[in-house]
Formats: sequence, C-alpha cells, structure tokens
Amino acid sequence: MLDNPAAALTIFVLAIFVGFEVISKVPPLLHTPLMSGSNAISGITIVGAILASGTEERTLSTVLGFVAIVFATINVVGGFLVTDRMLGMFKKKPSA
Amino acid sequence: MNQAIQFAYLFSAVLLIVGMQNLASPKTAPRGNLIAATGMAVAIIATLLMNQVVSYTVILAGVVVGSAIGAMLATRIQMTAMPQMVALLNGFGGGASALVASAELLNYMRAGEEPVGIVPLAIAMGVLIGGLTFTGSLVAFGKLQELVRGAAVVYPGQQIVNGLLGLITLVACGMVVMSPLDIAPYYVMLGLSLLMGVLLVIPIGGADMPVVISLLNSYSGIAAAATGFVLGNAGLVISGSLVGASGIILTKIMCDAMNRSLTNVLFGAFGAVEAGGGPAGAVETRTAKGYTPEDAAVIFSNSRSCIVIPGYGMAVAQAQHAVAELAETLEAKGISVKFAIHPVAGRMPGHMNVLLAEADVPYEGLVEMDEINPEFPETDVALVIGANDVVNPDARTDKGSPIYGMPILDCDRAQHVFVIKRSMNPGFAGVQNPLFFNDNTMMIFGDAKGVVLKLVESVKDLA
Repeated sequence: MLDNPAAALTIFVLAIFVGFEVISKVPPLLHTPLMSGSNAISGITIVGAILASGTEERTLSTVLGFVAIVFATINVVGGFLVTDRMLGMFKKKPSA
Repeated sequence: MNQAIQFAYLFSAVLLIVGMQNLASPKTAPRGNLIAATGMAVAIIATLLMNQVVSYTVILAGVVVGSAIGAMLATRIQMTAMPQMVALLNGFGGGASALVASAELLNYMRAGEEPVGIVPLAIAMGVLIGGLTFTGSLVAFGKLQELVRGAAVVYPGQQIVNGLLGLITLVACGMVVMSPLDIAPYYVMLGLSLLMGVLLVIPIGGADMPVVISLLNSYSGIAAAATGFVLGNAGLVISGSLVGASGIILTKIMCDAMNRSLTNVLFGAFGAVEAGGGPAGAVETRTAKGYTPEDAAVIFSNSRSCIVIPGYGMAVAQAQHAVAELAETLEAKGISVKFAIHPVAGRMPGHMNVLLAEADVPYEGLVEMDEINPEFPETDVALVIGANDVVNPDARTDKGSPIYGMPILDCDRAQHVFVIKRSMNPGFAGVQNPLFFNDNTMMIFGDAKGVVLKLVESVKDLA
C-alpha cells in the first residue's frame, strides 16, 4: 500500500517530528507511565504479526507469526494495563 | 475495502497521537492512555479485516496467550519492579518486530521473489534492531531483577571485540540487503544481532539503567517502524516513529541529568566491577557521625520545613509507604514537607514519582530539581533516603571527581541534613560522598523502611 519509498520516508520523518513535539510536553512526573504507554504502542507491530500468520498455508512464517503475535500482544495488553494502573495512582486524593 | 482500511489506520494514528498528547498532565493522562488503547484496537481490527488475512485460528491463539501473560504481568507487578517490567515489555516488542521482518523475508524466499526498493533494507533493520532490542532488554531485565550481576561487566579488549562483531554484523546486513534471497547472511545477521544485544548491555552498570531502558524503548519503536516499511504499512511507520522519538527524548534527558554523553554511558563501563578500590590515595580519614532516629525526631520537631530526597534505596527497601506516613505525620505537626526528585533517581525515568504516587503522596508535593534547589538554604531539614550520587557536592566543586558536572540536589545547603543509608559503602559511581562528613550532616544507619518507621514513631511520641 505504501509502494513509494519516498512517501514512506516522508511519513517516517514527519512522524518523528510529531513525536518530539508531543513527548517533550510530558512532565518528568509522568515519565514512567510515558515509557510503559509508548511501549504498548510499539506493540503496533502486532499488525505485521497478524499479516504474517493469517495466511492460508501453514509454513515456518506462520510459526514465526504466531510467536510474534504472542510477544506483541504481551506488549500491547501488558503495556496499556500497567500504564492505566500507574496513572490511577496519580489521581488526586479526595481528602487532599 | 482496502481503501477503508487505509482510513482506519489514519484514524488509529490520530488516536495514538492524541492519546500521547493527553499524557501532558496527570489529570488527562488516564483518558490519554484509554484513547491510545482505542487507537491500537482500531489498527488491529482494521488489519483483521484485510483481504490477505484468511485464517484466524493462529491469530486467535496468539492473542489469547499473549493477553493472558500481559494481563498477569500488568496486574501482579510491584511498583518498585516497574523498571524490570518496562525492560521486559521492550524486549517483547523488539522480538516481535524481528520475527515479523524474518517471516516476511521467508515469504519472499519461498515465493522466489526478490524484494524491491527499500524493503530489503527495512527487513535487515527490523531483524537487526529488533533482535538486539530483544536480548539487550532481557539482559537489562536480568540485571534489574538481580538474576545476573547488576554491576558493569568488563574484560580486556571488550571494546575491540564489540567493535569487530559490530562490523561483521553490518557486513552481514549489507549482504542481506544485496542478496535478500540468500539464507546464510540472514542467519549470521540474526545470530550476531542477538549476541550484540547481550554484549552491549552487560558492560553497563545498574545506575545507568535509566539510559539503557530509554534507549531500548526507542529501538523497539524504530524496529516497529522498520516492519512498517517492510509491509508498506503507514500505521506501523507512524506509531513506530512516535515511540522511537519518545525514547530518544528520554535518553537525552537522562544523559543530561548525569552530565554524560550517550557514548560515555554506553561504552564508559561506569562503576565497573574491576574499577573497585576507589580513587588512588584518597583514603578517607574523617568519620561520619551516626545518630539514632530518636535524635532525628527531636530536630524534626523543632523545624518548620523539610525536603525529602528519595533514591533507589527507598525502592529497594520498599519504604515508600513509610515515607508517605512520615510526611503525613510531619505535616500534621505543621511542618511543610516537599519531595525533591532528581531525574535519574531510581532505575528508570520517573521511578520515584510512581512509587510516591502509589503511597498516596499528592503529586503537587513532588518537585523537580531545578525548581527545588533554590529552596534548600531556607529549609530546616533535608532528609536523604537511599540516594547518594545525586546529592554528592563533589559534582559541583571537585574537578577530579568522576561525577564532576552532574547536576545535583543541593541538600547540603539545608540547615540540617539527615542521610539514611545502610552502610558507608560508596554509591554506584564508586566515589566517596563528602556530604556524609559535613558538620551539618547526621547519618542514620539502617534499612530505610525500618529507620523511617522508627522516625515516625519517635516524632509521634514527642507530641
């Protein structure tokens, strides 16, 4: 779908700039949740894993795809859940 | 249909970016995390609907297994163990990307079809960076979990060996790019990338872990972006580069907070096992004064302001709840309590903040280094709990000190300084801390949790 390498590189470079902009606004207070949350996002590679293991034939690629799905899902599910757990702790106490 | 899927990826990327934007404040952050998770769900569903995905059994099995493990890790992990958790997650992310890139390469080989354009390079990068992130993160995890020795492991000729292996890895990479359908260079590249991950992390000591984890975080993103190039998938490229950028920023913040270059952290073998013995000739003749928690309680009771400086020792002793109780007790007596957070306190960026938040310390009381430093001269008591190098005044004055130039918390400028420490062993950097011998410094030796609990008791008794 991204047949043109120049287009892909353009997206890559622009996204890095967006990343710099967005992340530099996160306060040090939240750097740990930022890490675990961005970690979960790097699990986006699950998209590639699905494409590799969703084919009709059963080959070595399917096996690799299966392991990749397990790894990426741990990353996604574990990352978002633990971030949520941490951010819940930063809520203001009702008494404070 | 595929057009609609493209739009879904765009929508997903927007949600991920908006989610990250919401992390700018603790109030909006939980919502941000939810938005990002929704973005991820959109991308996954869109992918499942693609024409080329025809079999769902393998996918379902993988998702079930992965979700179970992920959920178990996320709910059971202790907050003090968060650095290990993030290291482990980084590893899985990197590993997944290496596997995806490998699977794609195998597909090309089986079809006998030469990948074109940027794809061979992207495959090589995905395998290389992903593989290195996988093993490197596992070693970092092992060090943080204390499964392997945390200190820097060095041996003669290490740099040369690593340099040579790195060179061979790059050559193998080049061969994969030139002739992607040859399996041999791929195996060499894969094996070496896994080996390099181990070799690059073992010479890095425990207290430099914040840098390593941030960097591996960045790598896991870049590896994901590389698989995006392999698959020609814009969603992957965008999300991967976001994470890559995030990791780079955190890495830079951590390096700046130690006044060291990234090269120095990665290859300097700071605090190495073999370095032991300390700087030659600098035999310490002064003695530090030891006090009891009861002594400290008297001084606390006569003060009006206190700044607490938590460090890794607080995490190791699981003392965050005791510390929160102390803060509450002092505040009940009308003593103002603030927490001074050094950027590299602990084993990952923001480690101390999470621990104190867990113990219900309101985040308004957690103050960053630059903001709190001017307040020390007007503060009655500074209480250092399990921190060492981040409060070493030599960093300001002693040009010969290995940590000279590192920004520190100026707690020595407070009226009284209490340091809770297990023993007089020097900190990670292996340098003695003159703070401990200052006239206004009082040492309280013991386990952080036990000492703080006794301190709480004594302060209450004086009421």
